[in-house]
Amino acid sequence: MSATVREGSSGMGLRGRNYARQYWPFLVPAGVIVFAVIVFPWMFTLYMSVMEWHVGGSITFNGLANYQRLLTDERFLWSVVRTLYFTALAVVFPVLLGVAAAVCFHRKFPFRGLARTIFILPMMATPVAIALVWTMMFHPQLGVLNYLLTSVGLPASSWVYAPNTVIPTLVLVETWQWTPLVMLIVLGGLASLPVDPYEAAKIDGASAWDSFRHISLPLVWPHVMVALVIRTIDALKSLDIIFVISGGGPGTSSETMNYLLYLEAFSFYDMGYASAIVVIFFVIILLISLLLFSSRKQAY
Amino acid sequence: MKRHRIKRLLGNVGFGLSVFALISPAILVFLWMLSLAFKNELDNTAYPPVFIPSSPTFANFIDVFEKNDFVTWSWEEFSLFGRTLFEIPWPGGYLYNSVVVSFSATGLALLVGIPAGFGVAKSKAHNMAALIMIARVTPGLSYLVPLFLLFQWLGLIGSLLPLVITHLVITVPIVVWVMIGFFEGLPNELEEAALVDGATIWQAFRFIALPLARPGIVVALILSFIFSWNNFIFGVVLAGRETRTLPVAVYNVLTFEQVSWGPLAAAALLVTLPVLLLTLLMQKEIVAGLTAGGVKGG
Repeated sequence: MSATVREGSSGMGLRGRNYARQYWPFLVPAGVIVFAVIVFPWMFTLYMSVMEWHVGGSITFNGLANYQRLLTDERFLWSVVRTLYFTALAVVFPVLLGVAAAVCFHRKFPFRGLARTIFILPMMATPVAIALVWTMMFHPQLGVLNYLLTSVGLPASSWVYAPNTVIPTLVLVETWQWTPLVMLIVLGGLASLPVDPYEAAKIDGASAWDSFRHISLPLVWPHVMVALVIRTIDALKSLDIIFVISGGGPGTSSETMNYLLYLEAFSFYDMGYASAIVVIFFVIILLISLLLFSSRKQAY
Repeated sequence: MKRHRIKRLLGNVGFGLSVFALISPAILVFLWMLSLAFKNELDNTAYPPVFIPSSPTFANFIDVFEKNDFVTWSWEEFSLFGRTLFEIPWPGGYLYNSVVVSFSATGLALLVGIPAGFGVAKSKAHNMAALIMIARVTPGLSYLVPLFLLFQWLGLIGSLLPLVITHLVITVPIVVWVMIGFFEGLPNELEEAALVDGATIWQAFRFIALPLARPGIVVALILSFIFSWNNFIFGVVLAGRETRTLPVAVYNVLTFEQVSWGPLAAAALLVTLPVLLLTLLMQKEIVAGLTAGGVKGG
């Protein structure tokens, strides 16, 4: 019996390999679309990035001039610094809060499903809609947030209306919006953990904090790292919130790379230069994600 | 024993408070949105702020429907995919635009993405999966620079077609990604039995894998629809005055018209309401999809 099973399964494997080649027609339609709307734009962007290309103007080859201009363009360099500053904050807070939230939602309690659904609403809601509500809440004179701050005796903040508070304020909205995604990924990790170590630890008299620190955290660490990488990429790319709430302002104090890219391409119509920004932006995103992926083994 | 019970009670109270602290920011922002939308202008500009509307009103919603072309584009000539292709007058409006764009982009993505997910899962074509993953990492705006020029060259700017096409950048990766995971989780035995009995690969897909994958398809559909509906930046760049999707239309209320908070909040609420309801109704599917893929569009 066992011999036939083994024979059967190895035969199946062989046939499986033969069949594998026959599955390509299933990939063709999606392949065509992916090529047209994803791969082609990538290649065309590379091509445009070495051209002098203004909408409505002449198109000429100018080698690496766009890239050289990036290196000396202070506005661009500051946008990189701002993006990194924004990203650092918009990763740390959602990841810390998200892990804490995952630990809470892992425990059983009444109305857990409802509470979890409410918790993930911010990440599902239309970003423009919630950005508008936050904009009204940040209003320096009539906004509800300054009323709440002053009513408990704290000084009013200028929120998005001052250069030094605008990025932390945007991070606040970003944290509100994207902590749920971190929570979901880590919660998925916690759900897949074995129960035995906890029982053993409980018998040995470990406290809840001990078993979290020495059992849950090491076991769930790969999921935390995945959440961290996803959050980093999304924070680097963040645009809707910044676009609607601060519009890169006041002045240029919240102008991130993605926002500057929008301006260069669709306000100044300098497509060649915008393409060079896209290429560098992509390289930065790729480098940071590779760096995080390679470091994820070391921490634990 | 008694002390133990008190300690446990305190622990539970502390835990309840921390859950409350976690969900209260979400509740408060959405409640404030409701409050702004149902207050009259006097309450909305009052200081200190009025939290509960003194006389709740639907005036803001009526205002949205009357002053903006949210629902009807006043029977002017309006065509589906650009005037030259289909000369059909259509009672459009921004709601109609959003519905057409999100449904088309989701439908097309399901049409190509379900077979692709099946193909990748069965043939282990992981380079396709890797490509989808890199697409997930790239900023949405970067596709827009070359595609904008292409659409301009083709004369498509100002119709809904460019929006549908660019929304595929969001929906196709979501559908393929969710479906790969789902087909990989299905047992192989049934299909293999069918193949042994002489079914073609297409038949095995159509009559065995596809019916089994229905829950996965629901997850892919919901997520891809929501992230397409929510997309803002593609519309900002590509939409003309008549082809705005709802998020762009709401943003334009903020920037170009005299800002009064009530109608603005009412408009924002209307735009995000379908998504919020979908999330409340389908939370199990949404959580499953998001946990598996960590997908997010644009």
